[in-house]
Amino acid sequence: MQCCKGQGPQAPDPTVSGVDLSLLIPVLEKYKSKPGSLITILQKAQDLYGYLPIDVLDYVASETGIKPPNVYGVATFYTQFRLKPIGKYLIMLCMGTACHVNGASAIEDAICDELKIVDGETTEDNLFTLNNVACLGCCSLSPVMMINGETHAKLTPDKARKILREIRKQDQLETGKEATS
Amino acid sequence: MRIVVGQGSCGIAAGATKVSTALENEITQRNLPVSLELTGCCGTCYLEPVVDIYDEHNEKTTFVMVTPDMAGELIDIALEGKTPVETQIISAEDMEAQAKQKKVALRNAGSINPEDINDYLAVDGYKAIEKVLTTMSPTEVIEEIKISGLRGRGGAGFPTWFKWNAAYQQKESPKYMVCNADEGDPGAFMDRSVLEGDPHGIIEGMLIGGYAIGASEGIFYVRAEYPLAIKRLEIAIEQAREKGFLGKNILGTGFDFDLWIKAGAGAFVCGEETALIASLEGERGMPRLKPPFPAQKGYWQKPTNINNVETLANVPWIFRNGGAAFAAMGTELSKGTKVFALTGKIKKGGLVEIPMGLSLREVIFDIGGGILDDKAFKAVQMGGPSGGCIPAQLLDTPVDYESITKTGAIMGSGGMVVMDETTCMVEMARFFLDFTRKESCGKCIHCRMGTKRMLEILTRITDGKGKEGDIELLEELCEKVKEGSLCALGGTAPNPVLTTLQYFRDEYEAHIYEHKCPSHQCTHLLTYTISEEACRKCGICARNCPTDAISGSKDVVYVIDQDLCIKCGKCKTVCPFKAVDVD
Repeated sequence: MQCCKGQGPQAPDPTVSGVDLSLLIPVLEKYKSKPGSLITILQKAQDLYGYLPIDVLDYVASETGIKPPNVYGVATFYTQFRLKPIGKYLIMLCMGTACHVNGASAIEDAICDELKIVDGETTEDNLFTLNNVACLGCCSLSPVMMINGETHAKLTPDKARKILREIRKQDQLETGKEATS
Repeated sequence: MRIVVGQGSCGIAAGATKVSTALENEITQRNLPVSLELTGCCGTCYLEPVVDIYDEHNEKTTFVMVTPDMAGELIDIALEGKTPVETQIISAEDMEAQAKQKKVALRNAGSINPEDINDYLAVDGYKAIEKVLTTMSPTEVIEEIKISGLRGRGGAGFPTWFKWNAAYQQKESPKYMVCNADEGDPGAFMDRSVLEGDPHGIIEGMLIGGYAIGASEGIFYVRAEYPLAIKRLEIAIEQAREKGFLGKNILGTGFDFDLWIKAGAGAFVCGEETALIASLEGERGMPRLKPPFPAQKGYWQKPTNINNVETLANVPWIFRNGGAAFAAMGTELSKGTKVFALTGKIKKGGLVEIPMGLSLREVIFDIGGGILDDKAFKAVQMGGPSGGCIPAQLLDTPVDYESITKTGAIMGSGGMVVMDETTCMVEMARFFLDFTRKESCGKCIHCRMGTKRMLEILTRITDGKGKEGDIELLEELCEKVKEGSLCALGGTAPNPVLTTLQYFRDEYEAHIYEHKCPSHQCTHLLTYTISEEACRKCGICARNCPTDAISGSKDVVYVIDQDLCIKCGKCKTVCPFKAVDVD
């Protein structure tokens, strides 16, 4: 556990996001009367909004009757929950033992250098977010990273850079197409 | 004819889905009477993607490291009897390594389709629960588990019958049966593999446990990082309900039992029973003092029994083959088999299941094929952040709970991370402390602050700023953290430090007193120099140096300015004449 004195990446984003809270109504209807469902509600909320903005946390607190500090407590305790928006592509870089032994830190250096961000940050163009995670369970293929659910195995620093460049290129092609159509 | 593609998370990561799609296209295009199926992980992760082709006589040929463009060729081989190239099929040596294993928990993973209950039924699935419900009383069930000698496979190795009996003895109701699938140990993935490859096996284990303790509700607490495991469990639960193996009045015996899944949200400490219960209740996963044990006061203060995935995977086998058959395998105190995730600097990484009592050497060298690039074996890390590093001189240690504990490591959930001569043991200890420091829930001061201070000291040592007295300070902190922590996370957090200090103290001393990292891993302690004899004055190193620390010319041998050098190692990588030395 790290204390960030309210300043670290785990600190709730103080700005109100203004997201559409009504999207959460069906989730709350289903779970709010079921005791012990706070984690599930927050997971569903994160699926909806991509992260947990402070107004969503407050809304969950007021609707469920759970005190706001307890909601924040749970939202900041578990690593799955994000309090800040993420980029279009979420890179989950495995930092498990096997990946570590097989050079995960060199992969991290390459990604950080390529994207000019560090663990927990998002690129300026909101395309990539880097999250170091404990273990993805693909130890025999280490080092690995998962980008939006797709696992990339047996990485080398160059291979990692190439994957990121390809995603960026592909994304530009797709968004370019959308813009022209 | 059947073609089966191994599609566990690891197989998919290696490209199995693309292979399956390519095969499907080929089959549709040629309009062939071939069925294409999926299965879980067969354990040979180093050979992924793996494709099994069964001919009309159900004879299996295993193809390894298959790529999508091999699809056409594979179909040719299967249909026209074309002889495969030797490299395409599994080697005799790999078959031999498989034969040395004994698959109990992994009996179906990699052979049946986990998304089809009929496949499980075809291998006598749900026969064990039928036997239990129709012919045995709860106490007889517990007695059979006692005979088998089954112990918890999640780490501590507590006798399973004892836990079941404790929950059975409780008068209060309702009772809960929980499956701990919060496999958080970095470097272990057997639970994921079993859930993905044989979900019905675990459901059957839960049913038997539920019947034994008198529960009618079961919960799977699964790590959120395992989406495929959750998906396959959901499918399996649904199918089991449809077939009447879950729900009311199961098999007409009057026994009610149903299951639901709770996805964890990412906290290592939730592997601890009381923390897991807090998390199930929607709270922060913080452990509490025991007693009362979960068997007395667990989920919603009701009697609760928690078993690990692999433990439950063994249960149906025990009831089909008898507790005595299980107890016949293994050692005096550690019965049966155990699954290990063999990873790190190993040639044949993957999942292996062996009878307890085999030596570490047999597992790592005979089954695992030895060390990658034939480097020297240095240590094997067992038990993850709660375990320790076992050195080369103890390679003949038998793999059982007692013997492993004697080395200072623990059996843990079965992670075996192999390290070679290039792995720095101080850095390894630092890595684990970094993990436990992040994962400490913060409740106990010794764990919260102690791990932080230990990490600071270890970081200092690997940065080359270690001081005299650091080792002694570490040892003192280790003792205090062990004593002052409520749960096993803090209680075992010092183990990686203690075992590396016990077996590799010279490495710590070299870092502190000689400012050297014997494994050449800690960059701050490295010195790069250019050999006068070997340098051909080409200047490639100087052009690639990011800090312009290298000077020279075509007449003068190149030299590195140590004050400017950031020890990135680029010069060593680019030098075509191997003239850059590192020490």
